[in-house]
Amino acid sequence: MLDVDGLNVWFGAPANRVNAVQRASFYVETGESFGLVGESGSGKSTILRAITGLAPDWSGRVDVDGRTIYRDRRDRDFYKTVQMVFQDPYASLHPRHSVDRVLSETLKLHGMDRIEWRVPKLLDDVGLGAKFRFRYPHQLSGGQRQRVAIARALAGEPRLLLLDEPTSALDVSVQAEILNLLADLRAERGLTYVMVSHDLAVVGHLCQRLAVMQSGRIVEMLEVEQLRRGEAEHAYTRSLLAASVAGGRTGTEGGAELSPAATGS
Amino acid sequence: MREWLLSDSPASRRQARLGRLYAGWLTFRENTLAMVGLGILVALLLCAALAPWIAPHDPYAQDLAMRLKPLGTPGHLLGTDSLGRDILSRLIFGSRITLYIVTLVALIAPVAGLLVGTVAGYAGGAWDAVLMRITDIFLAFPRLVLALAFVAALGAGIENAVLAISLTAWPPYARLARAETLTIRNSDFISAIRLQGAGPVQIITQHIWPLCLSSLIVRVTLDMAGIILAAAGLGFLGLGAQPPSPEWGAMISEGRRFILDHWWVATVPGLAIFTVSLAFNLLGDGLRDVLDPKTGGSQ
Amino acid sequence: MSLLDVENLRVSFDTRQGVVEAVRGISFTLGQERLGIVGESGSGKSMTGRAILRLIRPPGRVEADRMALEGEELQSLSERQMRKVRGRRISMVMQDPKFSLNPVMTVGEQIMEAYLLHARDSRRAARRKALEMLEAVAIRDPERVMKAYPHEVSGGMGQRIMIAMMLIPDPRILIADEPTSALDVSVQRRVLSIMDTLVRERGMGLIFISHDLNLVSEFCDRVLIMYAGRIVETCEAARLHEARHPYTRGLLNSLPRLDQPQDRLEVLARDPAWAGGDA
Repeated sequence: MLDVDGLNVWFGAPANRVNAVQRASFYVETGESFGLVGESGSGKSTILRAITGLAPDWSGRVDVDGRTIYRDRRDRDFYKTVQMVFQDPYASLHPRHSVDRVLSETLKLHGMDRIEWRVPKLLDDVGLGAKFRFRYPHQLSGGQRQRVAIARALAGEPRLLLLDEPTSALDVSVQAEILNLLADLRAERGLTYVMVSHDLAVVGHLCQRLAVMQSGRIVEMLEVEQLRRGEAEHAYTRSLLAASVAGGRTGTEGGAELSPAATGS
Repeated sequence: MREWLLSDSPASRRQARLGRLYAGWLTFRENTLAMVGLGILVALLLCAALAPWIAPHDPYAQDLAMRLKPLGTPGHLLGTDSLGRDILSRLIFGSRITLYIVTLVALIAPVAGLLVGTVAGYAGGAWDAVLMRITDIFLAFPRLVLALAFVAALGAGIENAVLAISLTAWPPYARLARAETLTIRNSDFISAIRLQGAGPVQIITQHIWPLCLSSLIVRVTLDMAGIILAAAGLGFLGLGAQPPSPEWGAMISEGRRFILDHWWVATVPGLAIFTVSLAFNLLGDGLRDVLDPKTGGSQ
Repeated sequence: MSLLDVENLRVSFDTRQGVVEAVRGISFTLGQERLGIVGESGSGKSMTGRAILRLIRPPGRVEADRMALEGEELQSLSERQMRKVRGRRISMVMQDPKFSLNPVMTVGEQIMEAYLLHARDSRRAARRKALEMLEAVAIRDPERVMKAYPHEVSGGMGQRIMIAMMLIPDPRILIADEPTSALDVSVQRRVLSIMDTLVRERGMGLIFISHDLNLVSEFCDRVLIMYAGRIVETCEAARLHEARHPYTRGLLNSLPRLDQPQDRLEVLARDPAWAGGDA
């Protein structure tokens, strides 16, 4: 579904160019859910932005659904195949547009018919009722906003969904709801996910495979199963794992096989 | 009704929109000074609309026997000017000219500024450079001097004065709109709509304009005082409205000759200008509270 | 004697839709211990911290039967006296160092200012004290950092600088409101353990406000769980996983866990009764 090969992304003028991503390569099978993990500044979100064209300066090869993407030209087909959900639901909805307007505008852009019927349907699909249709973003909670953002991404019926830290701005209980929603949607629609997150546990929950990034490079790629068995090899992955498992210790008993190396100082 | 308007889950587009307006109105209403400003402007509007019926005299009728009567003269509440014309009637009819100028400038300058600023801000690169340098050139001239030059070139008259003021007034709006656009351009909701395949025209008009508009409207109301004064200034210099017309600036200009002995002839229209300018400023302050997208007029 | 004694604290806001109560009558005491306040956004946990420092502005209103710092009633202090309490006796570390540090002053000047504001001492002594403090928060090259501007330091270092600044007047109580939420996971624990050590060495009281149950249980002695402006449960931090209240349980269970894969996460079913009754 997605094949990224030797991707470099940079910002700024040649003189003081910042290389945000260097020689990143990975592939994602159709129907798979793939995670990109790293800390802020590791370039994980930048990869998504390069794929969608929001970060214009990149080199390398990106194939989506067997078609190579060019740097500055993406056609309607591309946007119908690939969609993105952003991190901050407070910033990703236009403050002056009602839910209805956001969704119907998107549907129109994708050339959909029967918009009056589709808008409530989309809201239903993401677990919001029709009563949310004419609300403005300020009348919605964070989780509800993120649901609207997901509905917007689904409006064009894409097959590849790029998730940029979709739950990190939300409370844990809301995070659980959104993660469940994403899992359900994937099962129903056969979607392919690429999810970026700093939280290994979240990626581990939703994804089967993941790549760990550190300062612009992919340092390790492994299956979540391997991660659970403690087979991570790179020191950085191990330190991330230690931090996230040390955090998980207060849950119900069990899971002792991952030795918590605690405070990552 | 109130319940219906403030409902959390409006059932139709119309209800949602009216609800927003109503919430904004409630915020605005809390600001007493802004309400005073609004009140004055509504009064001005009524004056202009009903001028022929409420004015006690014909604003052009001269009566040399009654010239330069002081305030409170029976039949001439605000006195008469050097040609014996009733100042109150002239003020009332003059409000039409003031509103005319204000409306035209408010339609031309901010719209031009918005267009230039958002295009420059969104397109960036060469577009930005060219459009902003043009803006800078306009900004580099003192406003009144530039307006004077335009009027001198185009000929004296109200329309030309309006045009001249608009031509000199748009650059600050362009700057403002550009600054706003630059911050909006990189926000996630613009990225999101770009990913739906929306083109630049749609993004600018549907997504960026509504957000720039509020700060522009506030700025316009705050600038209104300056615009009225500029129009009055041009009138005062004899380059705006021409003599018989009761434009307030021209009235001051005429009254200037008698300012020592008959102070009211110049002072009364001056007070009118002052009041209306103040009203616009107060209104602008109130609108700022309502239109600020951060508060959303919702809380 | 307890450092801080709060009884029936209420914070409410008058809005057009009526009075919104952010904190609805909570009581707790703080000794020389680390007290965690956990809850989701909107639970009133941050409001509690701000109310203690009397940082809530109108239209917000704060009422309490008692809000005493070492026996002294805070509500009866004038604004002027309150300013002396803030910083010198109770300090607060906020979420994002980017917004709490002054961008046009060097780090050193800001720390020294924080010290000189509350202590009559020479600039030289203040400088020495600032350097000591930076060392205490494990900054390796304090001389260099003193001269740096806030944008030149990383988020983790910025937050450590904030902690240094807040601890330099030697306050009795430190209120840390989501001090590490803006930081990366690996930096988080480091910053917290530094804060932790300092607080313990000085015998201070710490109020650690966070949404993160795990962090709180790790770095606190006692935890208050807040929901809809009330304390629904109080428990020993070490026994948080034995918490009884369905809300606390729900929060714990809704976390995805790497070591225990599950198909669906448990979703918190909110019971309106939680908001009503006391724990």
